[in-house]
Amino acid sequence: MGIENLALGFQVAITPFNLFVAVVGIALGTIIGVLPGLGGANGVAILLPLTFTMPPTSAIILLTSIYWGALFGGAITSVLFNIPGEPWSVATTFDGYPLAQQGQGGQALTAAFTSSFVGALFATVLITFFAPLLAEIALKFGPPEFFAIQLLTFSSFVGLGGGNPLKSLVSILLGFILASVGLDIVTGQLRLTFGVTDLMKGFDFIVAVIGLFGIGEILLSVEEGLKFHGAKTRMNLRVVLDTWKILPRYYRTFVRGAFIGFWMGFKPGGATPASFMSYAFAKRFSKNSERFGKGELEGVVAPETAAHAAGVAAMLPMITLGIPGSPTAAVMLGGLIIWGLQPGPMLFKEQPEFVWGLIASMYTGNIIGVLMVLAFVPFFASILRIPFGILTPLIIVVCAIGSYAVHNSMIDIWYMLLFGVVGYVFKKLDYPLAPLVLALVLGDIAENALRQSLIMSQGSLAIFFTRPIAGAITAVAVFFFVMPVLTPWWRRLRGFAAPAGESGRH
Amino acid sequence: MRAADLLTASVLALLGGVVLYDAVRLGIGWGTDGPKSGFFPFSLAAILILMSGVILLQAARRASTRPFVSRRQLGPVLKVLWPAAGMVVLTQFIGLYVASALYLGFYMRWVGRHSWLAVVGLGIGIPVATFLIFETWFLVPMPKGPVEAWLGY
Repeated sequence: MGIENLALGFQVAITPFNLFVAVVGIALGTIIGVLPGLGGANGVAILLPLTFTMPPTSAIILLTSIYWGALFGGAITSVLFNIPGEPWSVATTFDGYPLAQQGQGGQALTAAFTSSFVGALFATVLITFFAPLLAEIALKFGPPEFFAIQLLTFSSFVGLGGGNPLKSLVSILLGFILASVGLDIVTGQLRLTFGVTDLMKGFDFIVAVIGLFGIGEILLSVEEGLKFHGAKTRMNLRVVLDTWKILPRYYRTFVRGAFIGFWMGFKPGGATPASFMSYAFAKRFSKNSERFGKGELEGVVAPETAAHAAGVAAMLPMITLGIPGSPTAAVMLGGLIIWGLQPGPMLFKEQPEFVWGLIASMYTGNIIGVLMVLAFVPFFASILRIPFGILTPLIIVVCAIGSYAVHNSMIDIWYMLLFGVVGYVFKKLDYPLAPLVLALVLGDIAENALRQSLIMSQGSLAIFFTRPIAGAITAVAVFFFVMPVLTPWWRRLRGFAAPAGESGRH
Repeated sequence: MRAADLLTASVLALLGGVVLYDAVRLGIGWGTDGPKSGFFPFSLAAILILMSGVILLQAARRASTRPFVSRRQLGPVLKVLWPAAGMVVLTQFIGLYVASALYLGFYMRWVGRHSWLAVVGLGIGIPVATFLIFETWFLVPMPKGPVEAWLGY
């Protein structure tokens, strides 16, 4: 049954127009991934308005292709410029940049792109098989189950996100509060508007994404005195083929990275810990572990495989449950709603050509992507040589256009600036931004699920514990929420000095 | 860092207070059709205040090691922020395209110290390109002002 559906998907994904869309998306995405201040989430957010007039399947292919491109682009800056465009590319710089400095940038980039491709392909195969199963199970879910999954989503930020768990929680709460501003659809009352007309429309998360990640990131990067010291690369077919001959040696690292990536990735915020974990494992099991951090090809393979597998896995809860696993997936979810689709398990029943077209495009998009970046690395790397005095205002203008286009409203450009400053302050004070964005997206859905559950139980919170599926999920969520409190005790009990997951950091 | 941490946590707690106030006005109890409008915001705000309070205590007990932002860092940040705010103000009155042309030109000349040729060329070229892409190709309208009206858009 799965194979026929996938064949249907390929019929959708391989039309000339959709292939063209994928090529454009990957080119744009790679540029976005290379540019400082722009990454997957806000790149997709800025270009979302361009998809309003497209058919939904082409639109989602464009957005996902931008995402793949941005993931590839992040590897270019990490290896050649020692600038991790995204937190999950940090581990790639450990060995990628030393390799580039030693004149082996071509090998490092080939390894990075190939590992990304392998990780993505592995995760896509798993999605192909698991997504329909998960959607089938999710069809039986009621409001309490959905609310429990939301709890699990946010608890994993608190329990597994690292950093200060209280600050993660504050970010989540702030996102939910911002989401509740405006009209309450259930009762028809205005909330938190205090008579201000502009507040009635509420806060759009796309604007928040552009401000928090785009403007905020620019402010942070100028503060550090933005200077690019790009390493020179030689990239030709010889280098690529020679590297491909070496890479099969690391098959264990590939498999391990892909599994870690997929397992961590379908939970929110998973890509970054996955890349570090994969790096740490590769270092521990490698014969050349003392070479790690000084320019070992395996040290590029491990984090890139895991990060891409995680990036793809983040799409799984988005298409099956309607709950995004990452800010980028959240923006795509917003796109689904704008295109008139109802996210959630019913999508597999009602829009099979959309879902399977999307899944098939993950295969085609990543194949096109790896070939394009391998062929055009020098072009993409040259983007970072654009003078800063031109790049900064250009990115800000593009951000302003993207913010305005969402609702054709001037106030959104102001919100973008405001969110930019908030993003800058939060980032400096270690308040994580991803949970804020996810809470802002899911606010209405979560609140409705909570309300309906409470109506079912006539006000008793016990409903989240007594129903078998909801109870199990809630229990895990509660465990994650209290984990930051328990871990220090546990560690003292076992006599651990430092958390094991941190050993990959230098 | 400590002062900024204290200030941010206080602002967040204050925000929680504002939300709490409005939630109480809306009603936080059980209505005829389930929980009232204020129920969810009230719970959120209550936890927010609690958490901000703990963060405040944590920050207060910690010694300040380094400043949130040094004078040397603040300069470049403001240099990006003020012109950007200026562009947004201008957009409100003369439309996005002209405002972005002025902003690009100003920033390129003032920060980038590029030649006048590059400033004028890119300052006009980039907005024209965005106009063609958004307005004519993808039919996404942007705020327009007197110049666009004069050109017949």
